[in-house]
Order: sequence, then structure tokens, then C-alpha cells
Amino acid sequence: MRKTVMTVDDSASVRQMVSFTLQQAGYEVLEAVDGRDALAKIGSATVNMVITDLNMPNMDGISLIRNLRKNPACKFIPIILLTTESQAEKKQEGKSAGATGWIVKPFNPEQLLAVVRKVLG
Amino acid sequence: MMDNYRETFIEEAKELLAELESALLDLEKSPYDEDLVGRVFRAMHTIKGSGAMFGYDDIASFTHHVETVYDHVRKRELSVDKNLISLTLEACDHIRKMVDKRGEISAEDKSAAKRIRSSFKNLLPAEDVSVQKRTATPAVSNSDASEKATGNITYRIRLSPSRDIFANGTNPILLLDELRSMGLCSIAAYTAEVPLLNDINPEACYTRWDIVLTTSRGINAIKDVFIFVEDDCELKIDIIDEGHLSDVNDSFKKLGKILVERNDIKPDDLKNVLSSQKRIGEALVALGVIAPEKVHSALVEQQHIRGVSQERQSRERTASVRVPAGKLDRLINLVGELVTVKSHLSQIASSLLTPELIRIAEEVESLTEALRGNTMSMRMLPIGTTFSKFNRLVRDLSSELGKDINLITEGAETELDKTVIERLNDSLIHLIRNSIDHGIEPPEKREGNGKPRQGTIRLGAEHSGANVFIRITDDGAGLDAAGIRAKAVEKGLIAADAILSERELFALIFAPGFSMVKEVTSVSGRGVGMDIVKRAIDALQGTIDIASKNGRGTTITLKLPLTLAIIDGLIVKIGETFFVLPLSVVDECVELTEEDAAAAHCQELANIRGELVPYISLRQRFAISGAPPAIQQIVTTRIRGNRFGLLVDQVIGEHQTVIKPLGRFYRGVEEVSGATILGDGSVALMIDIAKLIQNAENDE
Repeated sequence: MRKTVMTVDDSASVRQMVSFTLQQAGYEVLEAVDGRDALAKIGSATVNMVITDLNMPNMDGISLIRNLRKNPACKFIPIILLTTESQAEKKQEGKSAGATGWIVKPFNPEQLLAVVRKVLG
Repeated sequence: MMDNYRETFIEEAKELLAELESALLDLEKSPYDEDLVGRVFRAMHTIKGSGAMFGYDDIASFTHHVETVYDHVRKRELSVDKNLISLTLEACDHIRKMVDKRGEISAEDKSAAKRIRSSFKNLLPAEDVSVQKRTATPAVSNSDASEKATGNITYRIRLSPSRDIFANGTNPILLLDELRSMGLCSIAAYTAEVPLLNDINPEACYTRWDIVLTTSRGINAIKDVFIFVEDDCELKIDIIDEGHLSDVNDSFKKLGKILVERNDIKPDDLKNVLSSQKRIGEALVALGVIAPEKVHSALVEQQHIRGVSQERQSRERTASVRVPAGKLDRLINLVGELVTVKSHLSQIASSLLTPELIRIAEEVESLTEALRGNTMSMRMLPIGTTFSKFNRLVRDLSSELGKDINLITEGAETELDKTVIERLNDSLIHLIRNSIDHGIEPPEKREGNGKPRQGTIRLGAEHSGANVFIRITDDGAGLDAAGIRAKAVEKGLIAADAILSERELFALIFAPGFSMVKEVTSVSGRGVGMDIVKRAIDALQGTIDIASKNGRGTTITLKLPLTLAIIDGLIVKIGETFFVLPLSVVDECVELTEEDAAAAHCQELANIRGELVPYISLRQRFAISGAPPAIQQIVTTRIRGNRFGLLVDQVIGEHQTVIKPLGRFYRGVEEVSGATILGDGSVALMIDIAKLIQNAENDE
């Protein structure tokens, strides 16, 4: 069965890049523009993994992760946080909120796929 | 694909800049509105993040400075004032300019950017500036690139994840899978801590693992596997094998040593159990100093290392590559073509007299020589493999015939072209059979003649120049010259009053239909055999020589060229036609003037340093029209101990010759053994000198 990955980002170009790369590699991709949108969409779909940006309007990445971990369906799925290098302390915050790992921006499609394969298999 | 993203990014950046501008203007009116600060920060953040992703590093790094300032504003370490807003708007304009120009900006704009950047920096608290330096901690590190490609190293990885590792969405099995994909991997799991079903918390991880991994990757690549979990795990990575071939008598570590190395037992415990006679693992468990699982894990490691070192040893042993013979033949063919082209090049270079071209031609020549030598050596096999087969042959045949024979082989390491060896096999069998059957006498007869009961056959090979000599020597009865003569007369091979040297007489046994024994045995005596041997050796461009002493034994010497594919030839010219003579049989070249020829009264004899040498005019023999030049050349050769000359117009010189067989239609032509293509593309026929002289003699 094809696995579904949700990409949560307020930047359309990042969402597009993530979607295209993962679809090429055979994953289903769901897009959400921010944390609130992601939570709304995840209620009605089975998602195997979430890749979320950190800074977003309405609900940021950290809050999204906390909310996802409260949802039994999402309690153990891998969640990857997109960060920039200046946010080293955010990685730690993300980890304690329940993030599985992180990807530092900028990243290229190969790096993205390497991380997805690492945590999702 | 990337261009699509870039277009989307440009569109998005423009929207964000518009959003940023309106947020900034709002912020100027209400400078303490946190939501507005957040909007500004996020817009900057997104421009920076996606700018960097799509290759607009200038945009990203410039925006980074602005973003940093607003991070401080967000943390209330800086307050918003008119100055900041104007500066940010200016920055906005600059970003827009960079976006419009796809990141390619003029020098003037660059200096403006520098000014804006330093103004922003001035707003920051002093100690913060240094933090702006990029801290390079990429999540997906490219550590592989920096690691030297070393041999395979074996690591011991001890992984004990924290109980709540699942809560972060981490699946430890995937980590193990990732390690497995890196090389040879043995994993031992510790499951003793898993509680009974009643007490188990299904959301907790109770298992630990010991992993032994042999990989070409460096330690950083292994650490990268655990990059997301290093804080949630106890992780210990040790190198336990550097990839060197371990000593032969210490090819793997003892179990006890592994356990001590792992700190699983104390050295004293080891000493205690070593004195007992039990297997060390069982003894340690029985002593209660170690859990069975730890012993199991150490055994897994021992097994792994043993496997790795065995594999490494077998790899060292087989440092050769098996290649299908067909590929080698093709290579030889190609080298042959190359030799032809090389000759062509040398010929043209020397006729053009261009120094540079000559230099290149000479380089090509020496490279081709080296390549030829190398390629030829690949086809060379030690003849010993063939020799060893004969031990069995001699043993079986001699017991069948009631003889006692010892085979001694010498020079088994002598190398010879594979094709030559293969085609030589049957001839050698024939010759050895002959020695056993006709040569070596029965033991009683030998004793009667004062010889040891056991006969000896020596089979030897040795190199000599471009040839290999193979000698088959027996200490048997030797050839009966009188008997051969009588037989030859009886068969009509020679006249009854013919005067033949012993050597010529012996050569008669190679005549078709000649057989020495009166009774046909199962082994030999049908009169087929020796003439077949002769033909096979001829086909290999080789010669056979017999020496024999009655009652003392016989020696048959085969002289074979090292290889068949390419030989050194001497090119000669008659009229406009070129011929090639195998250089190996050429003795010397002498001139023959018209006066010399006239002095010999058309006897076709040349006086070479007092010796009269008969010669054959190739012009006459091959019916080439036209008059010979005033000074002709005689190429002399030695056939069966006698000198002969071949009269040609001109001797051109030495030439490496790739021998191609003649087409089916010309197969019947006796005096030509093949053809070669010369440098200028013309064909030269290869003369079979032995056949030519033999035919010429018969004609007379």
C-alpha cells in the first residue's frame, strides 16, 4: 500500500517541491498550508508521516506536533520538522514536543527522500 | 523541474513582499502589536527558507540579517521605531530587486545591500553579532564525501533506546534496517527486560541491540543513522576490526576476550573459568557473572568477525580474474589490428619526415609493443597443467604393457600460448606412447642389457628466444637405423641404394604409413601417429628433431613458437609483390650479383664464405614476370641441418606480422601458410619455407 505523507508549509514553493519529490518516489502526498489546516485535514485521512514547517501563521509547527501526538492515530507516526540553521534550540523544542527528526533548510530532493526513507521506511 | 519551483518561488516571494510591506506599515502605526511582528517575521522567514532551497543564496543570506533583527523584536529585546521600519522597507525594496533580477544584482546594488546589512547589525546587541556566523550542523550531513574510502572496517554498535522512544515516532527497526543496508551486519537482541504480558506497556521499548557491522563507510556515516535519536538512546560505537588481515593464528578473537573488551565480565572472572574444562560461555553463565544474552551477543560478534576475515582471506587468495577465452581471443585480434595500424603509421611518418609525427609514431610503436607483449602474456599458460596429465597416462600404459616406467617432468612452469598448448596435447600423447611402446624395453630385457629395471621418460620444456623446446627423452632401446632403412626400402619410401645420414633416416619415421612394429598392438603400430604428429607440429609453425643412440635411448625435440597470432617476419619483395618469411628461420641475407650468378654456371648455387649454398629463385618458382635487378638478395635458412637460400629482388626489413589464414579457396596452396596486411594496406603472402624447399627438392 502506498504511504501517505502530509506536507505542512505556508510556502507554496516548498509544498510543491516536497509533493513532487515524494510523489516521484511513490508516496501519496497531502498538502496543508498551516498547523490548523493540517489538523483539520488529518482528521478525515490516514496519514503515515508529517513534514511540517516551524513558523506558520495560525498554528506553528511545534503546536501542531503537540496536537498530533495527542491524537491516538498520530501518536507514533514519524513527524519531521523543517528548520533553518539559526534555530538550533528549536530542534530541541521540537524533539520535546514529539518530533521524530528534522531537516535543515535549504535541502534538496535527495536529502528529503533520505530522511523520509529513514523514518518511514 | 527546478525551474518550475523557481517560478513558483518568484511569484510567492512577490506576494510575501507585498504582505511584508503592508504589515510593516501597520506595525509603524501600532509598534507593540505582537501579531504584526509575527507576520513580518514569518514573511522574512519564508523568503529566506525557500530562497535558499531554490538556489537564491544571496536573497537568503540578506534576508537572514533582517529576520535576525525581527527575532529580537519578537523576543522584546528590541523595540520597533520609525528608523527600523524605514530600514526594513528599504531592505524590502532590495529583496524585490534581487527577486526581479533572479538573484543577479549589480555592483551598485551590492554596496547598497552591504550598507543596509551593517545598519541592521548595528541594531543588534554586540554579543549577538558573532552568533550570526552560520553554525554548520546540517541534519542530513554529507559526511560521506569527506570520509576517505578506506577498506572495510568492522564496528560494534551497542544501542539501547530509551523506553519512550516510540513517542517520538521513531521505529528502531528502521535504524537496524538502515545499518543492514550499509554492509554485512549481525544483530543480537536483548529481550530479557521485556516483562510478562500482564505488566507490559505496549508503548514502551524494552529491547536493546548489539550490532556488529562491517562496512566501507566511516564512523560518521554510522553516527548519521542515529542522528535523530542520539539524545534518546545510549549509543556506543567501537571499531573492533580495522580491516587488516589478521594474523593467521589469531584469525578471530576468543569469546572471553570479546566479553572482557565489552566490559561484560571482569578479567578475574575469565581467569576463574578458564581453569575449568567447560565451554567458556556456559561456564561464565553457570558462575552467574553474566547473562546468557550477553554471551550470545558476543558469540554473534565472534561469528561475524570469523566470517569477515575468512571472506577477506579468500579474496586475497584469488587475486586473479577469470576471463572467457573468447574475450582474450578478441583482444589478441584487436591488438593484431593495432599492430597493423601501427606499422602503417610508422611507414607514413617516416615517409613524411615530420619530426613531430615521427615522435608520435615512435611512441605509438613502443606502446603497441608493450601492449602486444602484455596481451600475449595473458594467453600464456604454464605447460605444467598438460604435463601432469601424462603421469596417469604413463602409469596406466606401462602396467598394461608389463613395463616399469618413471616419468620425470622438468620446466613445468614454462609458459606457452594457450592455443599452442591445446593443440600440442595430442602430439605429446602420441610421442609418449611411442616411447613407452617402442622405446622402453621390458624389465627383464633391460636387466639383461645391464640397465636398471625401471625405465625413465623425461618430459622437459624450456624457453629459448621466441621458441619453446619440448624434449621427450627415454632411456630405452633407441631407434634401429638399419631396421628403419629396410622398412623404408620395403615401403618404397627410399631407393635401396640411397645414401642417407642417420638424421635423415630417423626423419623417415614421420613419413605417412611408416610403422616400425611388425605386430599391431593396442597402443601403437598402425602407422598412423608419427605423420600426424609431424603435421600437427608443422601447423604450429614448429619443427621436430630426433636424436637416438642404439641401445641408449631416443630424444625427440619439438621446437615451437611462443605464440601463433603474431610473429616477427622478414619482408621481401619480388617485382611488385611482397612476401613475408618467418624471421625465426632466417639465417642471414647476402647479395647475389649477376657476375656471381654467371660464375656458378646457372647452377643456382651461391658461394657464401666458401660454402656452397643451393638457392631457389622465388621469381621463377612463383612465375613472377619481369627481369630481376642487377643485384639480388639471397635469404638463407637452415632446414634439417642443411643451408638453403631463397633468391628475392629486395629485402625490405623486419615486420611484426599478424598472420591471417588464407580463405577456404586457397587452402590447397602448399607453399603459402598465410597472409598478412602490410602498413600500406597491401597483402603479403607468408611463405612456408620448409614446404617450399621440400617441394623444390621433390621437383628435381
